[in-house]
Amino acid sequence: MKSFVNVNPKSLDEAVAVLDRARAQGKKAALAGGGSDLLGMLKDHLVQPDLVVNLKSISGLEGVHREGERVRIGALTTLDEIARHPLLVERYAALAQAAGLAASPQIRNVGTLGGNVNQRPWCHYFRQGFPCFKNGGKMCYAVAGENQFHALFGGGPAFIVHPSDTAPALVALEAEFKVMGPSGAKIIPAEKYFILPREDVLRENVLGENEILAEVILPAAPSGLRSTYLKIRDRQAWDHAIVSIGAALEWEGGRCRKARLVLGGVAPIPWRVPNAERLLEGKSLGEALARQVAEAALAGAQPLAKNGYKVPLAKATVRRAVLSLLPAA
Amino acid sequence: MSISLCVIVNGNEHHLDVAPHHTLLDALREELGLTGTKRGCEVGDCGACTVLLNGKAVNSCLVLAAETEGAEVVTIEGVAGREGLHPLQEAFIREGAVQCGFCTPGMILSALALLRENPRPSDAEVRQALSGNLCRCTGYAKIVQAVLDASDASLVPGFGRPEGLRPSR
Ligand SMILES: Cc1cc2nc3c(=O)[nH]c(=O)nc-3n(C[C@@H](O)[C@@H](O)[C@H](O)COP(=O)(O)OP(=O)(O)OC[C@H]3O[C@@H](n4cnc5c(N)ncnc54)[C@H](O)[C@@H]3O)c2cc1C
Ligand code: FES
Ligand code: FES
Repeated sequence: MKSFVNVNPKSLDEAVAVLDRARAQGKKAALAGGGSDLLGMLKDHLVQPDLVVNLKSISGLEGVHREGERVRIGALTTLDEIARHPLLVERYAALAQAAGLAASPQIRNVGTLGGNVNQRPWCHYFRQGFPCFKNGGKMCYAVAGENQFHALFGGGPAFIVHPSDTAPALVALEAEFKVMGPSGAKIIPAEKYFILPREDVLRENVLGENEILAEVILPAAPSGLRSTYLKIRDRQAWDHAIVSIGAALEWEGGRCRKARLVLGGVAPIPWRVPNAERLLEGKSLGEALARQVAEAALAGAQPLAKNGYKVPLAKATVRRAVLSLLPAA
Repeated sequence: MSISLCVIVNGNEHHLDVAPHHTLLDALREELGLTGTKRGCEVGDCGACTVLLNGKAVNSCLVLAAETEGAEVVTIEGVAGREGLHPLQEAFIREGAVQCGFCTPGMILSALALLRENPRPSDAEVRQALSGNLCRCTGYAKIVQAVLDASDASLVPGFGRPEGLRPSR
């Protein structure tokens, strides 16, 4: 690992100022939450910052706070805390489940929500330092290579999948992200936070070099809301999702009032499937409808040579997820 | 440029000078000579480097030493007490849960974190708690059995916490 200067800001404003100054001086700065992703990137020389800004030195960036009907979660809250938090487990199950299914116990103890949604892709070509688009190069090695774990939707020019487990859950729950920058705070809906490679192949989200994700805000959970996160992986621990789904259904009198279905592991961003959502809305749910919803969710998938198996896997995941959310009789 | 910090390791205060890019694993092994904590994959996959940081099991290879100022760290060297081995260690020996031994320190620390929080875990809870620790030798069954054995031992009245260890909360 190349050495760097360690910076311990005491406030978000100070941290933003550090980033801004670094940028003005042509220096590279990296933010560290828990560091579980960043340290790997540093060790493999995929990032070589001059400064590492330790967000843990800022107080008040962690914890789950109720504010009226909404819930605010500091970006430094660990995945372990989110997975166990009674309010989240009860009212925002998709998020608690996603956090609890991410990585390993050790990583959930240090890994933060901010780091989870901002983690870099885990495409093996990228992580092994191939000169691919994500590493500033001119090709995506997955296109003609080992693409078992790559995108079915939204690919090109890079075919990475977004690795975060919490991101599909947050999009399904209509969370908002509070971002701090030089001109203060702004609120970005989770759905608008993530961007496709065709918009900017070097980034996975809209966050600027001098901005920090400060907080995630969950809207009020109506009484009929039920949500879940299902994750399919090779191994029961530390594996990223092969396919996953964050699903949130709102029920009223036995009918689905509103549906949000967001796939993980299939696209460079959490992938919302509005056509499948619309099939559910206004209906009561049974096995036949669940199958139609699953078909609609995967319609238009464009598998590469070796990831076609994800299509039936994702369909089964969608079907299981929606059926698990049937309203209590 | 090195950074001075004060860390409590196995109950003793240590003043360390570390490079900004050194990990907690580097500091434990190279600065303090505590080589019981193993260096395996160095990227969070294997769990051989697991220690308790403020009571929680973490991969010390993924924590910057510079960010541990004031923290309390427990390594395998701090698990046995003055009275002898910890019941977990006894159980690992008794059950034959150790072959090459490389994963053992990490396994014990993950198990210790579990038992402190949940003294009577189920088989599934033990497997879940150890899911971030790889063992290439034993096939896990004996490790899980050892933790279950130790969970019973820790309920025996008069079983004390080893020296220097404080409850995690
Ligand atoms: C072996 C292994 C298995 C894993 N498995 C999974 C998995 O199954 N599912 C999953 O979702 N993840 C997985 N991960 C990724 C894991 O690193 C994340 O889950 C973790 O939440 C990252 O959080 P962190 O705080 O440690 O991130 P950090 O390493 O601190 O940060 C990650 C990135 O986000 C940036 N960042 C951090 N905080 C902020 C902020 N507040 N604002 C802006 N940018 C920020 C950092 O600069 C860095 O680029 C795995 C990682 C490893 C090593
Ligand atoms: S050495 Fe830290 S997890 Fe393998
Ligand atoms: S005993 Fe050899 S790796 Fe576990």
